[in-house]
Amino acid sequence: MSMRVELDEPKCVASGQCVMAAPEVFDQRDEDGIAILLEERPGEELLDGVRDAVAVCPAVAIRLVEQ
Amino acid sequence: MADIAGTTAGSAPEAYEAPQAPDSVPDFPMPRAARCPFDPPPALKELQEKAIQEGAPLTRVRLWDGSTPWLVTRYAEQRALLADPRVSADFTRPGYPNRAPRSEGGGGLGFILMDDPEHARLRRMVTAPFAIKRVEAMRPAVQKIVDDLIDDMLAGPNPVDLVEAFALPVPSLVICELLGVPYADHDFFQHNTKIMINRVSAPEERAAAVQELAGYLGRLVGERLADPTDDLLSGLAERVGAGELTHRQAAETAVLLLVAGHETTANMIALGTATLLEHPDQLALLRESDDPKLVAGAVEELLRYLNITHTGRSRAVTEDIEIAGQTVRAGEGLIVPNEIGNRDPEVFPDPDRLDLRRDARRHVAFGFGVHQCLGQPLARMELQVVYGTLYRRIPTLRLATGIENVPFKHDGFVYGVHELPVAW
Repeated sequence: MSMRVELDEPKCVASGQCVMAAPEVFDQRDEDGIAILLEERPGEELLDGVRDAVAVCPAVAIRLVEQ
Repeated sequence: MADIAGTTAGSAPEAYEAPQAPDSVPDFPMPRAARCPFDPPPALKELQEKAIQEGAPLTRVRLWDGSTPWLVTRYAEQRALLADPRVSADFTRPGYPNRAPRSEGGGGLGFILMDDPEHARLRRMVTAPFAIKRVEAMRPAVQKIVDDLIDDMLAGPNPVDLVEAFALPVPSLVICELLGVPYADHDFFQHNTKIMINRVSAPEERAAAVQELAGYLGRLVGERLADPTDDLLSGLAERVGAGELTHRQAAETAVLLLVAGHETTANMIALGTATLLEHPDQLALLRESDDPKLVAGAVEELLRYLNITHTGRSRAVTEDIEIAGQTVRAGEGLIVPNEIGNRDPEVFPDPDRLDLRRDARRHVAFGFGVHQCLGQPLARMELQVVYGTLYRRIPTLRLATGIENVPFKHDGFVYGVHELPVAW
């Protein structure tokens, strides 16, 4: 069972909270700060950070789904 | 910040009024207890406790104009409703709670009173400088501003008012640099900001202050149209030149960034310091540690605990919503007081205890949903530098008066202290 991250980019409000929670998994576009997904299938050691990102994203734009 | 702007323009819309006995609905806002200046009003917390006991997290309150919007008392529903697309930030919608009398023809604060997609379009024009990496790149410059102001303080009179000497200058200098506003004009914009965010200002007075600021920033945008630099005002001017933004919209956006950029952080610096001086064991943690993680955690906990945007966020409901067994109708108003969401015991155990070592990152001090504070990465970084520096550089810092003599901003849309006399 692996976990996959989904980012609903049109919903993103560029708060950058995902980058603070999981900098290995998320980054931001230079032109407007909108989130970029760096790792669609992050390793186990990164999942706590991704769960934090899911919890703090103000736009509810991030999901962690089981594959 | 939205509640401030919602009081300056347009006329009151027709609100949906639920039938209810007038005397059963508590007035809002409620006063804080004089002896607990860092805690939300006791009557507000009682409403939350009752809601938790009865399992009905939404309850009616009565505003100054007699309207009775819903008050959302719990963290979970606060987040759910603030992120719900059927909940509107557009103050012209029926049911939108009027927080103070409105004046005709005043200016607004741009996109914080709009819904998507126009909100998103305008917001995305100014989000780039607030990206985490861009903000981190500013950290050394902010550290220098903080160090220099502390040097000046130590070389100047003792005692001194921390608000005037430190708390207001730090974020004012930073936002001026980011926007490209001359800091020499700080008396002008700080004065007009004070009028804007004082909830007892007369409507005409508040509208005039917004106009003053919009006129000033509109002129600066005009200068950048002719002679662009690399600051944020030039970025806005470029959008005006490209026809993506009107000159008026550019000025309103700049007002929002300037006002929100200095006043809120200034309040967190001064009120946070007052709080820490009254919690010496917690202050000692910051004074005796240089661990950036502890400092970052302290910032989150102080944001949670103090929640300075303390008048509740205003929203209008555009479609019926079922939530937690209750029904909210289209055309009804919502007030979301994040200061009690942040004290919800189901989310933050022992919520009334200030505990800098707790994990408070899920707080809603910046709001939630698409309107969540745009400047939060900058505010966080500034507060990390301040809380991580001030008490280590001045370890003997103390209040120069009794806490009972400190003038708290009970009259403000944003909470804080008018002055904080300190000595060392």
